[in-house]
Amino acid sequence: MDFSEINIPILIASLIVTATPLILAALGELIAEKSGVLNLGVEGMMIIGAVSGFIIGVETGSALLGIIGSAVGGALLSFLFAFIVLVMKANQVASGLALTIFGLGIAALLGHPYTGIAPPQFQSFSLPVLEDIPIIGVMFFQHDFVVYFSILASIATWYFLKYSRRGLVLRSIGENHDVAHSLGYKVIATRFGSILFGGALAGLGGGYLSLVRVPQWTEGMTAGAGWIALALVVFSGWHPFRLILGAYIFGGITILQLNLQAIGVNINIAILSMAPYLATIIALVIISVSRIQGNKGAPGSLGVSFVKVT
Amino acid sequence: MITASDKFLFQCKAISKSFPGVKANEDISLSVEKSQIHALLGENGAGKSTLVKIFYGLLQPDKGEMLLEDFQYQPKNPKNARSSGIGMVFQHFSLFEPLTVLENVLLGLDLQVNKTEVEQNVSKLSEVYGLEIKLSSFIGDLSAGERQRVEIIRALLQEPKLLIMDEPTSVLTPFEAENLFSTLRKLSDNGTSILYISHKLQEIAELCDTATVLRKGEVIGEYDPKLMSPKELGEIMVGQPLTTPNRPETEKRKEKLFSFSAEKVESETQFGVTLKNIDFEVSTSEILGIGGVAGNGQDELMQLLIGERIQNGVFIHFKNNDISQLNPRKRRGLGIAFGPEERLGHAAVSQLSLLENSLVTDPKNKFTDYSGFIKFETLHDYTKGVIEKFNVKTTGVKAVAGSLSGGNLQKFVVGREIEQRPILFIVNQPTWGVDALSATNIRESLVALANKGAGIILISQDLDELLEISNKVAFLSEGTLSKPIDTEEAVISEIGAIMGGLTEKEAI
Repeated sequence: MDFSEINIPILIASLIVTATPLILAALGELIAEKSGVLNLGVEGMMIIGAVSGFIIGVETGSALLGIIGSAVGGALLSFLFAFIVLVMKANQVASGLALTIFGLGIAALLGHPYTGIAPPQFQSFSLPVLEDIPIIGVMFFQHDFVVYFSILASIATWYFLKYSRRGLVLRSIGENHDVAHSLGYKVIATRFGSILFGGALAGLGGGYLSLVRVPQWTEGMTAGAGWIALALVVFSGWHPFRLILGAYIFGGITILQLNLQAIGVNINIAILSMAPYLATIIALVIISVSRIQGNKGAPGSLGVSFVKVT
Repeated sequence: MITASDKFLFQCKAISKSFPGVKANEDISLSVEKSQIHALLGENGAGKSTLVKIFYGLLQPDKGEMLLEDFQYQPKNPKNARSSGIGMVFQHFSLFEPLTVLENVLLGLDLQVNKTEVEQNVSKLSEVYGLEIKLSSFIGDLSAGERQRVEIIRALLQEPKLLIMDEPTSVLTPFEAENLFSTLRKLSDNGTSILYISHKLQEIAELCDTATVLRKGEVIGEYDPKLMSPKELGEIMVGQPLTTPNRPETEKRKEKLFSFSAEKVESETQFGVTLKNIDFEVSTSEILGIGGVAGNGQDELMQLLIGERIQNGVFIHFKNNDISQLNPRKRRGLGIAFGPEERLGHAAVSQLSLLENSLVTDPKNKFTDYSGFIKFETLHDYTKGVIEKFNVKTTGVKAVAGSLSGGNLQKFVVGREIEQRPILFIVNQPTWGVDALSATNIRESLVALANKGAGIILISQDLDELLEISNKVAFLSEGTLSKPIDTEEAVISEIGAIMGGLTEKEAI
């Protein structure tokens, strides 16, 4: 056992990579939930994104097209969900669970011929000058563009929700759809858009897994990442920055426990494997219990179908 | 075809609107003059709300036409209505509780607007119309009066020519209502027309220039409320003579039934009232009225009376037994019934049907058999009896409580308790938001209950109601209860003096 084998800058760099799909999926879910829709199909949308991105990447030979395809795939599946819960007014919890099961099944079917194939290489998108800073450069500035995109998207989401008029309207619809409707805002259209956005981001997260992080297609490869993303949204108190923090804690401990396993620490592997889940939940519970000002919990209309009343 | 006129701001002609099974509006025509405060008067369910929803673009009329100034007016949605110059303040506020005042105001504006500009406009409006409000506070922390101010500000920022107010005082204290009236008068002086919906006759007489009376979806006529007594106007509104119930008969009053005494009870919440020196008794066949402006300890007293809060130092006796430590259900089991003020969430469960709402307050397991199963037939008959006797307008016993209008639910809640034939009935604001005829019915049944021997504690803000049916009356002010005085012998000036002395700060 030699702790010096653990390379801290590399560890940081890989925790960022590990956390990126979570940030993407959770961010999409955050927008959907802020508009009042509880979509429990994140896991399903992620795996559909993973398989569709992988297939398109392999068939076209372009990793970039693959990544775009993963977002489209996730959005397509979420379109189904949006139709079911917004137009048909089905129960959101049941529909979301069904979406996950459906997504996992169809992804396994579509992905079967692609098992064991290597996808096209993804160009890393290092930031010039910054990447040459010793240590820090390796840690933060030699990633691919999806990593930077996930950070920028979080900032943009935060800004959109807090400062833009459309963001305010979206939040108001999530808080009380009857009032928002009486003020003349389009509840169904806004929620439709939010669900599609959530689906695209979840798909992107999945595509990142199969094209960059692993990179390979295996059945059920999301391994509960969608559920972790859902938990992140709740425990972050619907706040994008706390959500990033949670994702990095999860990613960090995942990588750390893998490193510890590699150097042969004398802890049961089962305990090491569950450590990231446990630590993330504990950290986020502490964050959400210590109610920071402005943290007001779930949107008022979350999970409730909107039916026009006269 | 209606023709434009310089005199009128808004006209509607022959508006009809039906819902499955109900004709809500039938051939309604009315005209609102410029700068006029025009009352729309009618009972619960007379079609007032449907009509103004049509004006505001929330509903489309089946027939009829509208004219705003010189133009044909056909709003497809509220946005249309607002941009044409019609604003509306709802009875149930359309505000988002977790958002701030500023965010709520911004959501009510249609255009992309500049925040600082809005802030300036709001402070200007606050100054001119006396609508003080802090933009950064969260709606959830505001009182009903303050929330209404936010609604009014939001409507005024659009510079409406016609402002529709839907039963604005139903949630306000008398003091807040006075403030609202002065705001509305200033608005009308500055040229805004106001369509004022209400069934409160006194306030219409005080505020409005003219009143259009609706009954069962039709216009009965237009009257000048300044030339008529509220009673006359009320009789036109309900279509039959209104009687004044008598007080319970004195000779039956002999036995002491209930006593309450507490020296000091600290408030449990930050904004609550600390009760001090509260001491009163109720005899059989007696109605004790407790008056005073809301927020002076009524809610806190009610909590102690019901047993939602059990506190050392509070001594409650019922028929010579100490019940201070009993929980609400045990108190109900002894024959005490309660009617708390808050209808949904306190007096009734919004998502449950009326049947189920009858069941949950059944103190003696009248509706369950010995093995604990529900006796649906008994429960059904009981609930149906309450609905019929108290004239509750609903689709049936299976309607969920939340689907009833406020006034109708109030009738149901009070009826449900009275029909249990309690020995003591403690009720807070039994006729709040209830139309004139039904209010009279409720008061009559309270008196009838007392005449059968029950004691009643009636907490109310309506002084007329207290003087009409209670035998004794006391007033709450800042948590202190005045000594109960006999209403039969009391002179109005005496009561005025007590209230005046008590409520100097409230400036009523």
